[in-house]
Amino acid sequence: MTRLVLMLVFFICCSTGGEIAMTHGMKQVGEPESFRPGALLRFAGKALSSGWIWFALPLLAASFYSLLILLSWAPLSVVIPASAFNYVVGTFGAKYLLREQVSPKRWMGVIMVCIGVTVVLLT
Amino acid sequence: MSHERRLRFKTLVMVLLMVVCANVGDLMLKRGMLQIGAVQLTLSGIWLALLSTIHNTTIWLAILFLIAFTFCYMTAVSWADYSYVMPAGAFGYAVQTLLAVVILHEAVSARRWFGVVLIVVGVLLVGQTHPSTTAPKPVAS
Repeated sequence: MTRLVLMLVFFICCSTGGEIAMTHGMKQVGEPESFRPGALLRFAGKALSSGWIWFALPLLAASFYSLLILLSWAPLSVVIPASAFNYVVGTFGAKYLLREQVSPKRWMGVIMVCIGVTVVLLT
Repeated sequence: MSHERRLRFKTLVMVLLMVVCANVGDLMLKRGMLQIGAVQLTLSGIWLALLSTIHNTTIWLAILFLIAFTFCYMTAVSWADYSYVMPAGAFGYAVQTLLAVVILHEAVSARRWFGVVLIVVGVLLVGQTHPSTTAPKPVAS
């Protein structure tokens, strides 16, 4: 049981941490100047030179493998709600780490998506 | 087009591209792995599966779509909030269910439809908020 809880915490931390680090990196890179191929290539090159992106990628890889391990350890009814809970943890991360303004309406939407994804994936 | 409308429009386009690329990529990955067959969990079995995936065109197409998904995701969060893009991406589950009914003629349970409705309403609620609530970002050049 302790092993499962620790792996769930590890999965949520890696997944949310990776996505938040990637978002932080992309905010520093800035948006592409246009959607022409040359501008998009420059944008991709700049993104790949960001340290935050290279910090995010191993975290996202670790979250993927920990999800596979969780699926081999526990039933879907445990793993899916835990993975959908990422939406809520991610929103907390966005609010407190990325300083995004999360209005009550956005919170309501995130919670509905979290419950909806759990219901869809468990049927 | 005003700045606000332009921001909403390009975020919507990116989220739709994310949903399409992720769904097509997953579908092709599934099809490619079905062509390869069940992987045996032995050293030689894993090696054989690796060689098979390298020579499988469907797997390469799947990888291309999944790279495109990551690129669209990275582009979207370069201007929009993470707490806006992340739940909006869940719209893919609703699209999957619709495709299952329309194309594959699968029977979908009432419980699953309830989940889809929750996702759609949730995404609509998030969509009504401002896509970017942090300071304006530089332009990558």
